Amino acid sequence: MIKNISNLGDAAIYCDFGPEVNEAINSNVINYFNCLSELVKTKSISGIDNLTPSYNKLIISFDLRITNFSKLKKIIENLDVKKNIKENNQKIDIPVCTDDGYGLDFERLSEKLNLPKEEILELYFGKEYFCYMTGFIAGMPFLGNIDKKIRCNRLETPRVKVPEGSVGITEQFANIYTFESPGGWNIIGKTPKKIFKKTDLKNPVLIKPGDKVNFYQISKEEFLKFNE
Amino acid sequence: MNNTYFEILRAGINTTIQDVGRNNLYHIGITASGAMDQRNYQFVNNILHNSINDAAIEFAYQGPLLKLNNGNINFAITGDVFFNIIRKDSKIEEGECYQSYTLYDGEQIDIISTKKTVYGYLSVSGGFDIPQVWGSYSVNTKAEVGPNNGRKFNVKDKILIKEKVLKNIKFKKIDYESNLDNIVRVIKGTNFDYFSSKAQGIFLNEMYSVSRLADRMGMRLDGPSLENINKTNIKSEGLVKGVIQVPADGKPIILLSDHGTIGGYPKIAVVISADLDKVAQLIPGKNIQFKEVNLEEAEKIFKKHNEETNRYLNESN
Repeated sequence: MIKNISNLGDAAIYCDFGPEVNEAINSNVINYFNCLSELVKTKSISGIDNLTPSYNKLIISFDLRITNFSKLKKIIENLDVKKNIKENNQKIDIPVCTDDGYGLDFERLSEKLNLPKEEILELYFGKEYFCYMTGFIAGMPFLGNIDKKIRCNRLETPRVKVPEGSVGITEQFANIYTFESPGGWNIIGKTPKKIFKKTDLKNPVLIKPGDKVNFYQISKEEFLKFNE
Repeated sequence: MNNTYFEILRAGINTTIQDVGRNNLYHIGITASGAMDQRNYQFVNNILHNSINDAAIEFAYQGPLLKLNNGNINFAITGDVFFNIIRKDSKIEEGECYQSYTLYDGEQIDIISTKKTVYGYLSVSGGFDIPQVWGSYSVNTKAEVGPNNGRKFNVKDKILIKEKVLKNIKFKKIDYESNLDNIVRVIKGTNFDYFSSKAQGIFLNEMYSVSRLADRMGMRLDGPSLENINKTNIKSEGLVKGVIQVPADGKPIILLSDHGTIGGYPKIAVVISADLDKVAQLIPGKNIQFKEVNLEEAEKIFKKHNEETNRYLNESN
């Protein structure tokens, strides 16, 4: 359930689902997001411009010419999320090569975590991840939760350029850089799979909030030969 | 090539295609973009009887020098802009904003600069022949999203124009002058109480100024630092245009059209919708005085603002 609904300026609603970051709370955010997206798609609600789910919040921005805070707040409070829910979340497999040249931060990670590379990899690849949100840069998924033993802060000095496809970890999350961008996450490998396809106008983003992700390791040879 | 087009002889500082913006994609990290000054963008299409959502060329400070090829057109420019029309006989005619002009094959538009503001708009009767990307013409150069491969225009680029023959219709003139006062009305943000009561007072009473770090993504302000007494990072969450974030250095940043979709800095306030166009037009060095209003007041101010916009749009002359 939503803990508190307030306004973010005069043209957005701020839904707070509670202070913690966990899968249960985030699933709740995503259920509301899916439900409202459906209502926007079927034109059952008018005036909503954007829905932005994150770990424990849902921000709904709207066109003040068409609707306002109190009207939309009422709709959200009376939303029957269970009735409207559409299970459209998927399971996605992502290949990752962790060889030197792709996994850029194992030295730092081994030192900070006091674990050899092999053990970090075992803990990293040994579980299924959940997509909490997508954003920051187009299509970048925020995936959790990383095993407690391999949680590490971001780099003290962020990289000016992180290569496209890089898989990074920070604290309880993993992400994938969907295009070359500045960034401070610890890079453990690189995927040859396209996560964000700018030219795919219907479905540009591979991993969406609520999806489950399994990473699997590939060799450099397999990486270079990879064909979607 | 038989198409009518503008040939870019000088690109200007930041010349892009914009429209009302791109919606329903924040959840995958694609921001709205769109014209920085929505009112002047609407006016330029309105003067030419185009659809209100047609693509327009947005320029900042120095604009482009454009040569028309293969046709005759009508065009208009809005904003606070100094521009010339270079006729075929090399005669230079000084242009005025908010009215339409006829441009003949081979003639040029020289957009020399904006005057006391940042952004201006140019459109042509019948619109530009440009594809939409994800339902919008808007270009976001940082994410490389939008037509023209998500890039700003460069010298030698061509901008295709749909209609090549002049229509025998009377275009309109708008009698408008942008509001250039420096009072920016805000609603308290969701993290207003992260700041000391002294900082809250400073934010609402002292003067800030627009720094040189201002672009389509956002505007960093110079002025007194704001003391955060809680934490300088929050869990990343959704953002909207107009949000004023305060990172650890204590200097506010106003988010504008190309802002990131999520972020983790505390939000001290949000600019009200009615003042967004005004903020976007403030040039570096200009002072800003924030003034707090509540939601109800903001809605009333917007209603008035919107009625005023519509009055200009519906005027016929």
